[in-house]
Amino acid sequence: MVNNMSEVRSPKLEEIWSALENVKDPEIPVISVDEMGMITVIQLPAAGKHLLTITMTPTFVGCPAIEVIKKSIREEVMNLGFDEVIVKVDFETQWTSNRMKPEAKLKLEKFGLAPPVVLSDNELTLEQLNNVRCPHCHSTDTTLRSAFGSTLCRAIRFCFACKQGFEQFKPV
Amino acid sequence: MKNEAIKDLLFKMADDALIIGHRNSEWTGIGPMLEEDLAFSSMAQDKIGHAQALYNILHDTFGEADANTLAFKREEKNFKCCQFVEQPIGEYDFSIVRQFLFDHAELIRYDMLSQSSFLQLAQLAKKVKGEIKYHVMHADTFVKQLGKGTEESKARMQSSLNYTWHFALGIFEKSELENDLIFENIFDGEEELKNRWLEKVTSIIEASGLKVPATDESKIVYGGRKGFHSEYLKPLLDEMCEVVRSDEVTAEW
Repeated sequence: MVNNMSEVRSPKLEEIWSALENVKDPEIPVISVDEMGMITVIQLPAAGKHLLTITMTPTFVGCPAIEVIKKSIREEVMNLGFDEVIVKVDFETQWTSNRMKPEAKLKLEKFGLAPPVVLSDNELTLEQLNNVRCPHCHSTDTTLRSAFGSTLCRAIRFCFACKQGFEQFKPV
Repeated sequence: MKNEAIKDLLFKMADDALIIGHRNSEWTGIGPMLEEDLAFSSMAQDKIGHAQALYNILHDTFGEADANTLAFKREEKNFKCCQFVEQPIGEYDFSIVRQFLFDHAELIRYDMLSQSSFLQLAQLAKKVKGEIKYHVMHADTFVKQLGKGTEESKARMQSSLNYTWHFALGIFEKSELENDLIFENIFDGEEELKNRWLEKVTSIIEASGLKVPATDESKIVYGGRKGFHSEYLKPLLDEMCEVVRSDEVTAEW
């Protein structure tokens, strides 16, 4: 006889975080939602229950990848043996590019996207859009060509040193 | 009463964002240069995202229908957008001047709301503010460049400013419920917003070598907030909702 209340120990928090490393932003497939700083709350189930709630905050309010990311989070974490995983999106913690982890910035640059500069007081100023390093040749002799690019999170820049256009993850 | 006042505020903000977002998207593929095509398309995506987030609050907190239903299945008279955002995109000078006047009002509105006692809206406002800064930066750059450009660009910018001015002032049409919002520290009201906006846009218009048009109170285009719209909203809604209406049952978004 199967006892439904038997002790299925809920996986440790670390297991959840490591599962989340497999969930990437589809627009930047080298960075996980954790490295991006998108996960704000992991609410472990109360004893005897197996319902996990994960809260995420989107990088941009209109980001079209949100639904895909929610679905991937649920799929990855369900594998750890929960009966149900609910992924909530809210703005209780607002995402800013300062939430991005240092390792994410290195990966971005290798991927060919200049990482966002750190915003002081989370406030964007025009000056901060200067002095961006080219991800190809590492020169800072670059200029902003358009604050809008191929996705909501990217701006288009040009490098005078290697004469190439490149994209930057916008500081926001 | 307080809830009705918040709903009224959320609906007008969401409807403004949805309709200006749709108008912005009409530049996709026909922008005067590639960067402008990208800019208006990206701003369209941002605005529609903001509309969706506001409709979500209406749904989650106030029991209204879901975001898609609110966006695509309401009658024209139930929309609360101002008539300014409904106007066709016209030529580029009109669209960039509208973007300049509208987005400065939005940035200040969200800045005010980031202090709101209605927590969910305050949280969203803090996030949206950071995105709209890019929209405002875009508009300011072009207003300054074209305002100090050739004789033709100066003339076009001034004439668009003159034409849009009384439409833009219609953004600040007051609601009868507004005092509840002010009293509850939810929103400081349209008058305060208008004054801050006037100060801001005046300084940029003047720094761009252009003239701030004179305001004639009798010419301000009101009505949108109460459901009275221009001849341009209905055709826009018909086009926007065409797919939903053609496939009522199975369309998935």
